[in-house]
Amino acid sequence: MTDAANGNWTPDRPIVSLKDVHKSFGDLEVLKGISFDVMKGEVICIIGPSGSGKSTLIRCVNALNPIDSGSIAVEGQEVNDPKLNKLELRKKVGMVFQQYNLFPHKTALENVMMAPVLVLKEDKGSVEARARALIRKVRLDGKEDSFPGELSGGQQQRVAIARSLAMQPDVMLFDEVTAALDPETVKEVLVTIKDLAQEGMTCMLVTHEMGFAREIADHIYFTDRGVIVEHGPPATFFDEAKDPRTQEFLGQIL
Amino acid sequence: MWDSIQKFFRDLAERDAAWNFIYIYDDKELERVLDGMWVTLELAVVCVVCSVVIGLVGAWLQGAHSRIVRSVVQGYIQFFRNTPPLVQLMFFYFALGQFTPTFSPDGYLQQPIISNVGWAIISLSFFAGAFNVEIFRAGIEAVPQSTQEAAESLGMSRFQAYVYVVLPLAFRVSLPSLNNNLVNLVKTTTQALAIAVPELLYQLVSIYNDYSTAQNACMVLMFIVYITLVGFLVLGMNRWERRMTIPGYGGGGG
Ligand SMILES: Nc1ncnc2c1ncn2[C@@H]1O[C@H](COP(=O)(O)OP(=O)(O)OP(=O)(O)O)[C@@H](O)[C@H]1O
Ligand SMILES: [Mg+2]
Repeated sequence: MTDAANGNWTPDRPIVSLKDVHKSFGDLEVLKGISFDVMKGEVICIIGPSGSGKSTLIRCVNALNPIDSGSIAVEGQEVNDPKLNKLELRKKVGMVFQQYNLFPHKTALENVMMAPVLVLKEDKGSVEARARALIRKVRLDGKEDSFPGELSGGQQQRVAIARSLAMQPDVMLFDEVTAALDPETVKEVLVTIKDLAQEGMTCMLVTHEMGFAREIADHIYFTDRGVIVEHGPPATFFDEAKDPRTQEFLGQIL
Repeated sequence: MWDSIQKFFRDLAERDAAWNFIYIYDDKELERVLDGMWVTLELAVVCVVCSVVIGLVGAWLQGAHSRIVRSVVQGYIQFFRNTPPLVQLMFFYFALGQFTPTFSPDGYLQQPIISNVGWAIISLSFFAGAFNVEIFRAGIEAVPQSTQEAAESLGMSRFQAYVYVVLPLAFRVSLPSLNNNLVNLVKTTTQALAIAVPELLYQLVSIYNDYSTAQNACMVLMFIVYITLVGFLVLGMNRWERRMTIPGYGGGGG
């Protein structure tokens, strides 16, 4: 179906490739033909007004929402393929949500350990070592045994990032992960994401933090009403936006 | 000690015909009462366990993709919830009992494979199970969709997400209503009397049929035993509820 068939994907090809993606909820067409590629190690930011389909787009990449037509391939694997083994896809793609969505009945450490043990059937001992290291990495040492309800929003979000990383994904999706946080805690989460990006993790972020996008993104996509209106590297995008819709949006936000 | 207690009640019965505690001073009747208590306890424990299992499986099936499966579960709930348990018991034993195969352990008498105790367990478990399905479903609905999505995005199957994430949270929400329904179930086991299951009420009724003066004493025992039995159940459920409390996670939180 696609030029990159399953199995023979190589890192010089796009790690995520979207081609003419269409998606409707009932009569409402939310994505109207989105195409772009993400290379391994790249950080891309998707920005745009509320309701423009950013969350929908990012959720389609790990098959939380099925697409109607077009194609999305992750490492050459067609996400829309009915024969797709979702488990294989989700091993490759980690996702962090706006509302953290931690498992409230598990401690921070258990949250991080759960999927590798249950899904990857890894040995508990080695998972625990990795989980503790990840919790240190997101700067939450000492909070291993706290329940989500005992952590601040920013701390919960960092546990959620560690939980996703524990599956050792190749691509991380972030959907407005700082939108529910108060301004002081936003920074601690952004620092964590920046660390990740600098280590070479491929990241797709939906964000309203323009300064942050400018700082870490390799490429920025501006969506409005289901289409990509304009895109480019941050320098050109922010300073030389041509489309009036982009200019208006940036004018409101900056 | 026991001798003097027996003597006290034997004297009491002679003095006052209204208070004949025959099951205390007559060893044969005592044995009947103890047998009856044992059957009651057995019935209560087995039905509680089975009805909870039925509730869990039913709630799982209610989320199935197949419309047929969902309507079967719905039909089951409507039937068992909207008809009297006494009629269900009689229907299972007298109507369905006719069609069950028989076997002959001694070579002379034919015995049905499912005894009246068996039918009582089946009938009462399905009766309480119908309510448990609804109770668990309400609990499951209280777990945010986004928590399930987080589990899914980590590669968990629907079954894994159900068992490790949704159920533990749903259970906590369901416990108070489950508590009520199980108390109700334990009390409803007395209706097994109608199909001659030799539980406590059955034994006590036969005792006061034999000795009409024992009627008041039998009623007193009935209340004492049920208050104790239900008391232990409620105590156990409350302890369990407390043990399951998650720090920082109140009902309706999240
Ligand atoms: N499950 C759904 N069912 C029906 N409509 C939906 C669903 N999810 C999203 N939509 C609609 O699709 C449109 C795009 O939603 P989406 O969440 O992708 O926007 P967004 O760009 O992420 O907005 P925001 O910045 O507010 O998060 C909205 O109009 C929304 O109401
Ligand atoms: Mg969104």
